[in-house]
Amino acid sequence: MAAMTDETFTSDAADAPAIRLRGIRNAFGTQVVHDNLDLDVRRGEVLGVVGGSGSGKSVLLRTIIGLQIPAAGEIELLGEKIDAGRGEMPTRKLQGRFGMMFQDGALFSSLTVAQNIMAPMRERGGIPKQLMRELALLKINMVGLPPNAADKFPSQLSGGMRKRASLARALALDPQVVFLDEPTAGLDPIGASNFDQLIRDLQSSLRLTVVMVTHDLDSLVAICDRIAVLLDKQVTIGTMAELVANPHPWLQEYFHGPRARAAFEAPGLTG
Amino acid sequence: MVAFSGACGVPGNNRYADRWVPVCLDWGEQDVAAAAETSLSITEAGGELRVGIAGPLTVEAVARLDRQFRQAVTASPRQVVIDAARITALDSAGAWALRRTSEAFSGRGIEVRLDGLQAEYSALYEKAFIPDPDVPTDEDRPNPLIAIAARAGETMFDMVHVGRDLFGFFGLTIVSLLALLTGRTKLRFVALVSQLEYVGLNAVGIVALLCFLVGVVLAYMGSLQLERFGAAILTVNLVGVSVLREIGVLLTAIIVAGRSGSAFTAQIGTMKVNQEVDALETLGLSPVDVLVIPRLIALFIALPILVFIGDMAGLAGGAMISVLKLDLTIQQFLTQLKGAVDFWDFGTGMLKAPVFAYVIAVVGCHQGLKVSGSAESVGFRTTKAVVESIFIVIVLDALFAIFFAEVGI
Repeated sequence: MAAMTDETFTSDAADAPAIRLRGIRNAFGTQVVHDNLDLDVRRGEVLGVVGGSGSGKSVLLRTIIGLQIPAAGEIELLGEKIDAGRGEMPTRKLQGRFGMMFQDGALFSSLTVAQNIMAPMRERGGIPKQLMRELALLKINMVGLPPNAADKFPSQLSGGMRKRASLARALALDPQVVFLDEPTAGLDPIGASNFDQLIRDLQSSLRLTVVMVTHDLDSLVAICDRIAVLLDKQVTIGTMAELVANPHPWLQEYFHGPRARAAFEAPGLTG
Repeated sequence: MVAFSGACGVPGNNRYADRWVPVCLDWGEQDVAAAAETSLSITEAGGELRVGIAGPLTVEAVARLDRQFRQAVTASPRQVVIDAARITALDSAGAWALRRTSEAFSGRGIEVRLDGLQAEYSALYEKAFIPDPDVPTDEDRPNPLIAIAARAGETMFDMVHVGRDLFGFFGLTIVSLLALLTGRTKLRFVALVSQLEYVGLNAVGIVALLCFLVGVVLAYMGSLQLERFGAAILTVNLVGVSVLREIGVLLTAIIVAGRSGSAFTAQIGTMKVNQEVDALETLGLSPVDVLVIPRLIALFIALPILVFIGDMAGLAGGAMISVLKLDLTIQQFLTQLKGAVDFWDFGTGMLKAPVFAYVIAVVGCHQGLKVSGSAESVGFRTTKAVVESIFIVIVLDALFAIFFAEVGI
């Protein structure tokens, strides 16, 4: 992945990581999910987040975007510190600079697809109506939906189309960071690999930083630059090759199981 | 950046040829400072139109310059050069503005050249494409007043359709009940008991409390008025007849429509959204047998019992006020009550209860099964179920009143 050297980021501390977590602790009652967790996400990379069920992948994502306030720790997004203790919400402070695609889409069911995509633009204000409509259609085309999907309601779309529509909404304001929660779950293999390709394409043309929770080994191999594994309440991060060489038993099982072998053997991949 | 003050120019117009056209800054001041510096220049010389952009071309800048971009394409030069060399940042909105401008000219057969777009932006420019931009926009929607009139008309048709549908569903439940009575289907006993607990037992408290309070209010207001005629004792007649004939059953039916009828819709509707209803069908089970009949029978049993409890609570409320305010003893209250009401005052109320139960259950379940697709639809149907069942209950109550008066009970 080429390093990001363009001017759009100059307003931030240019070399600061896109996301920086220090000493994050999340606990629900007596159950500690994250303890003293550190994570750096570099600008312009595609980071995959994996871990067993209940290891806190979604909680990590929710912590970063501010839907879950950690019991302790520091969060820095795009060089700006988020003081969760003072009730600062990253969603407010960095409005429009990051987008989230939820697992089941989470599209507003009372709005059409185009209106869903226009919703964040309306919130920002100052964009003429016709331009908003055009930008919505542009995003719809970018994520590979047919133009006639624009005026359909989410309930009229298939699961895969809802995911694409949700991605389009996440991209509405050209965010710098996009979070994807299981983007390929529930898609057929062709749909899933198309979606992988779509994320890769958009990532390079829109120069996004992508953080994706996934269980799909094919996606990990195909599009992730680095992988963050949630192990023992903390994050182990590295490239695929580094993690494959890691002796931790969970990683050994994860990357050397039959499904992993099949994914590595797919053509054109460097495992 | 060259700063201009004064009049806003009209780009693409020959009168302004060979001049830098200043950008209107009278709106969009809230935009990001960097984007506010972006300038668009339109110059025309010898039939060649130059569109020059300098600065970051991001969504803020595009929003601000949108009018200028649109006006620029109204010109008809021989050829167009879009000078993109001084663009310092580009997002998809900016790429779209370039692409749209370029294609507006090339679509009219005018030669367009895009100059100096940095290589790193070319992928984005390629992506900025709408295959069929002629889909209707928000502006094409009809006038809101016409839309309201149209919706009112549709609602009238809907009411007729709903009436027909409901009648059909009513028939369906009768068929299912007959199948149950003739032993062709089994009664789902566990479901029935759990529904009985929910619609019956759990509703006792609220029904008793509200009926008691209404009994108190009736007796209190009645005694205030009747005292003036020296007929305070008739308060007992007032409370007895009105609670037993009307208030007890009507109030209970409305409470049950609000808490159980709506719950039927929400439960069945959520199952419909989760495709649980479809799953039932694939298992060869009829949703009416599995979901509707237990609820219907449960309400059929529970509502008369609740009405009885409501009647007693209403009378107790009346008794309490009679004792406290009219200085009657309980014994005197009961004697007066016995003289005031006959069996049919109680009987008419109790006769109405199973009918209302049937209506509430059928309407609630019918709306639940009509839920389609989205979570929003569950809320919409739930509201409809409550409104519809209360409406039908009150209409039926009026019909009953006429009927009972005619037969003289």
